[in-house]
Amino acid sequence: MSPETRPSFLGTAWLVMRKDLVVEFRSREVVYTTLFFAVSCVLVFAFGFVREGVAVDDAAAGILWIAIAFSGTLALGRTFERERQNDTLRALLLAPVDRAALYVGKLAGVVLLLTVVEAIVVPLVALMFEAPLFAHPVLTAGLLAAGTLGFAAVGTLFAAMLVRARSRDVLLPILLYPITIPVIIAGVRGTAALLQAEADLPLARMWLSMLVFFDIVFVTLALWTFEPAMTE
Amino acid sequence: MEPGTRDKGQGKREKPKGTRLALAAILCSLFVIADSAQAQPPRPDPRSNADIMVNQPPSPPDGFVPAGELLAREQLPAAPLVIGAYAVAWVAVFGYLWLIWQRIGRVERELAGVSRRLAPGERR
Amino acid sequence: MRKLFTPLLVIVAAMFAYAPVMIYRAPYESTMGLVQKIFYFHVPSWVAMFTSATVCGVASAVFLFKGRRSADRIAVSAAELTLLFGLIGLITGPLWARKAWGVWWQWDAKLTSALVMWLIFAAYLLLRKYGGAGSEKLAAVVGFFGMANWPFVYWSVNIWRTVHPKTTVVPTLPPPMLGPLLWSMGAFLGLYALLLAARVRLENSRAELDELYLDIED
Repeated sequence: MSPETRPSFLGTAWLVMRKDLVVEFRSREVVYTTLFFAVSCVLVFAFGFVREGVAVDDAAAGILWIAIAFSGTLALGRTFERERQNDTLRALLLAPVDRAALYVGKLAGVVLLLTVVEAIVVPLVALMFEAPLFAHPVLTAGLLAAGTLGFAAVGTLFAAMLVRARSRDVLLPILLYPITIPVIIAGVRGTAALLQAEADLPLARMWLSMLVFFDIVFVTLALWTFEPAMTE
Repeated sequence: MEPGTRDKGQGKREKPKGTRLALAAILCSLFVIADSAQAQPPRPDPRSNADIMVNQPPSPPDGFVPAGELLAREQLPAAPLVIGAYAVAWVAVFGYLWLIWQRIGRVERELAGVSRRLAPGERR
Repeated sequence: MRKLFTPLLVIVAAMFAYAPVMIYRAPYESTMGLVQKIFYFHVPSWVAMFTSATVCGVASAVFLFKGRRSADRIAVSAAELTLLFGLIGLITGPLWARKAWGVWWQWDAKLTSALVMWLIFAAYLLLRKYGGAGSEKLAAVVGFFGMANWPFVYWSVNIWRTVHPKTTVVPTLPPPMLGPLLWSMGAFLGLYALLLAARVRLENSRAELDELYLDIED
């Protein structure tokens, strides 16, 4: 690729994301399996936290975010497993494009995938737990978006790093969960604040701003460390 | 395995059984201490008003206030915990130091042995 | 560096030997009595853990961006020490809490965020041990992110709940209590330096040995 025809940063990211979407669309494997996993997750936790037909306080918020975290981890693993099997990640890294753009493209794909999953799971949780998740749609959507981005930002980096590592299946959650605990706390408490009888809007906004700050910091750090981490 | 990466588990297989026994003993003693701390309920003392503090869980303190002549009898339930805490700190720290010292000795002996095997001219 | 080792060892050992005397002489605290004396070892071990986490994070960043192998050796040593001092803090904390607050674990901000940090650095070591070849660089990312994550973990857990004595306690300590605390802190930090030096020396020796084996194979 000559410098004139080399795609820009965003152009590269877009190409990578489009490639992922096209590949996924053909088989829809990761979307369907992740979705069904998320639903089973909600069910399993429901059996833990619902007593005599009524959920424990704040259970809905917790179950929602745990389902997102677990299915997110799975989706990350599956997406990069596909890259590993065809050794396409190395091909991407060899291309004369900005490495960070590869990261952004991958991240966008993962966030889109998780958004699709959440589009199903959120109404499901609202239904099953009588949780007024749509009472404050903007704030709820904001929390979900910021939380998903934060989780996916760290997750995409770690999953890409682990592609060539041994024991990658179990190492991804071990690495990912402790680091994304602030995201989970903020997501759960923010959502729970919105689900209360009298929703605590200032508190939810505070958690949202913490999530946004986390996103800014960690996306920046990930962009910064992607190249050194992926090169030998 | 790529050249240059040795199996890192090699050196650690030689961990002496004594170390494992010591660690097990520490863990067991921790449980014993915890158990004895639970087994003794605080004894109410009729003469001081401190028994009010003892029978209710104390509220988390905001600052430290040095006491004058307080609570000689409060000590007994606390003593096993304090001793346990200090024991843990000492054993962990000096145990680790000893472990590192052993390993350094072992690696440096191996280093000396390998250096001797290499003829003087071959060493880059 | 080696020449400093023995004198430092002697000094630290002496400090530790004298510490119990100082701690014994320190006055009792009014609401907690004897059990508060755990504080003299509990707080310094946290300080040591936090120092170690920072050292690991910085060394990881240096290794990641500059590629210096020596930084990687420091990082792995610091990670192990983070776990060691963190473990001391995590065990002495509940032992103290049991007596002072009535329960072993109360999900309070400082203990919980320390536990999360401990897990991050445990993950660092697990990755290095089981990740196969090339996992040093990956672990460096984890160490770096772990250090960067500390404020977020602390804030989020703190807002989530807090029962701990406030941090402002230390400056308001009366001199008879401040003395032993600073002494213990000095002892722990000296000990930390000692252990770090020892552990890094071990790593350096292992690296030298690896290179010698390489030479033999050639």
